[in-house]
Amino acid sequence: MTVQAHELTKDYKFGFHDVDVSVFRTEKGISPEVVAAISDHKQEPAWMLKFRLKALEHFFKRPMPNWGADLSGINFDNIYYYIKPVDEMGRSWDDVPDSIRNTFDRLGIPAAEQKFLAGVSAQYDSEVVYHSIRDDLSKLGVLFSDCDTGLREHEELFKRYFGTVIPPNDNKFAALNSAVWSGGSFVYVPKGVRVDIPLQAYFRINSDNMGQFERTLIIADEGSYVHYIEGCTAPTYSNDSLHAAVVEIIAEKGAHVRYTTIQNWSDNVYNLVTKRAIAKEDATIEWIDGNLGSKVTMKYPSIYLMGERAHGEVLSAAFAGNGQHQDAGSKCIHVAPNTTSNVVSRSISKGTGRTSYRGHIRVLPKATNVKANVRCDALLLDEESRSDTYPYMDIENPDVTFGHEASVSKVGEDQIFYLQSRGIDEVQATALIVNGFFEPFVKELPMEYAVELNRLLALSMEGSIG
Amino acid sequence: MSEIAEQARVVAATNAAGAPPTAELHVDGLRVSVEGKPILDGVDLRVPVGQVHVLMGPNGSGKSTLAYSLMGHPKYQVTGGAASFDGQDLLALTPDRRAKLGLFLSFQNPIAIPGVTTVNFLRAALRAQGKELPAREFIARLGEEMTALRMDASFRSRYINDGFSGGEKKRAETLQLAMLEPRLAILDEPDSGLDVDALRIVADGVLRIMEKSEGRMGVLLITHYYRILENLTPDRVHIMHQGRIVDSGGPELAHLIEREGYDPYTTATSPPGTEVSRP
Repeated sequence: MTVQAHELTKDYKFGFHDVDVSVFRTEKGISPEVVAAISDHKQEPAWMLKFRLKALEHFFKRPMPNWGADLSGINFDNIYYYIKPVDEMGRSWDDVPDSIRNTFDRLGIPAAEQKFLAGVSAQYDSEVVYHSIRDDLSKLGVLFSDCDTGLREHEELFKRYFGTVIPPNDNKFAALNSAVWSGGSFVYVPKGVRVDIPLQAYFRINSDNMGQFERTLIIADEGSYVHYIEGCTAPTYSNDSLHAAVVEIIAEKGAHVRYTTIQNWSDNVYNLVTKRAIAKEDATIEWIDGNLGSKVTMKYPSIYLMGERAHGEVLSAAFAGNGQHQDAGSKCIHVAPNTTSNVVSRSISKGTGRTSYRGHIRVLPKATNVKANVRCDALLLDEESRSDTYPYMDIENPDVTFGHEASVSKVGEDQIFYLQSRGIDEVQATALIVNGFFEPFVKELPMEYAVELNRLLALSMEGSIG
Repeated sequence: MSEIAEQARVVAATNAAGAPPTAELHVDGLRVSVEGKPILDGVDLRVPVGQVHVLMGPNGSGKSTLAYSLMGHPKYQVTGGAASFDGQDLLALTPDRRAKLGLFLSFQNPIAIPGVTTVNFLRAALRAQGKELPAREFIARLGEEMTALRMDASFRSRYINDGFSGGEKKRAETLQLAMLEPRLAILDEPDSGLDVDALRIVADGVLRIMEKSEGRMGVLLITHYYRILENLTPDRVHIMHQGRIVDSGGPELAHLIEREGYDPYTTATSPPGTEVSRP
């Protein structure tokens, strides 16, 4: 066994890393040559190489975002953009090299797969190393693979949707992802098919100075349902890593997609992710978005309500500990009449941690009878911690019912004392209060994840009180 | 009853129940300030396990301050004196350690913990005190106690004290008292704001818990009202005024207050003709 536990931080239990077993990596830094090498290595069609190179131009052209979190620590020249861990993807865990399989064992993925998942994808650095889907779902025509396989095996379907929700020039990091993307998930659920238990993808960064750029494309055809869960962790290194994913979701007429994220990166990861969904007529999109880890997260899951009566939900929870900045939020763009959206955000800051809620609600002129509601609550654990709210609203149609509520509160001495008076110590008391605060979020998670999240929060609380 | 006879009764009672006779709350010359303002000005008090002691006194006399101070609220600064329970120095312990030692405070106005259900809260508290029960037994006990307090089963999944009415809060506090089985229960006005029926339920609840404890629990009951004492007969009644215990006596002292109010204490320089005891 080659797994080494690096106890660099007391709080983070996933900070260990494996020895490097990679079979191929591009040189450090980003250039057209690096992009071409990735595309060549993947033996992609010419149109994809062209797409990548064009995206790279956008990336070079776009300035760094000057709003939101501090990104000055990112050195694009000091990052590996592609590291291939294995020669071939495994269809069985036995096909996965021992060291990598041990890592996923420690993360509990194979165990979870057996218990309550319909399909599992496990990405390690740049490539998916293990993939499976239940036979009955394959037989119904459900596709669940890494995105590269999606391109290779279902090029026509792939090409019809890829890059249509988030074009390469959308923002600097979407452009970067479009240039060097690798892995991620490709999901297609045929008309009327309900995938009643979740599909899960797990993203693991192992290498130092790594950039992980997975790309996910989820297509839910008319009247279908799918719940996709994404989890992620990384080793704790002194150098920073970059995670810049792009997730595109298309919910066709009457489809329902729920996308759950439990982001738990180590605190040396810049997590800059673009997530956007299109909801057509009578479709429902739900982003359940939990952000616990990372050094900096900038992520605003968005919903474009394109068809009549489409409905969007964003339920997010963020926890920022010492040195962390969670700049998260949501966007709901009401394009069609009779569309509805509901945003609930809960964030907690501890120590020098900082949370920001950045939300955008837009109602276009043609969107009549829109209902939109935003509620964000922040909890501060001590004097140092900080929380900000940046709500943006563009209401271009007066026929709208709009609600916005925000609150910031502190964990009160009286709450702690009350719990202590029942024998619960200060650390546990704080953890209980924090868990309670996240309850509206946690109760939306499958039970196993709810338990895990509460445990992670309890770990984050340890050592928080001097 | 004389002090000596009283002591003998306590010793007999506690010995019969097998509890050590030394389990007692000792408060000696306790001085406490809140935000720099002195509130307690040398409180002396003894509450042995197995007895009900009642603390009465006009508003602002320091009764709740004493309760909070004994439990260890950080806002209450002890500036002098001592407090111990069962021989252990309370003032050196954090509130959770005091709870583990056997103290319990029923809050006059308990604070809400949104998102934490009553059942999870109780389970966490029992676990913290090393009194965790197997799940089935826990649910059965909880059901029993809730029925006794005439609490609806839906209470279990309600967030503790969140949106509770005044009466619901008092019952929830009493439920915790029943489940946690402390050795010394400090009840800060468990009767305030209750109608006659609700008062009876809470008072009966405390009485039942007391009886069930078979002499292993002491009670320090803070109240303004005589009514609750119709259900709970006190062993001792203490009168507090201006941060001190100014008088102590048997149940008859409560009757006297009922009749005459606190005027004799607040206007006269010396207390009226009941026995004055300074432990």
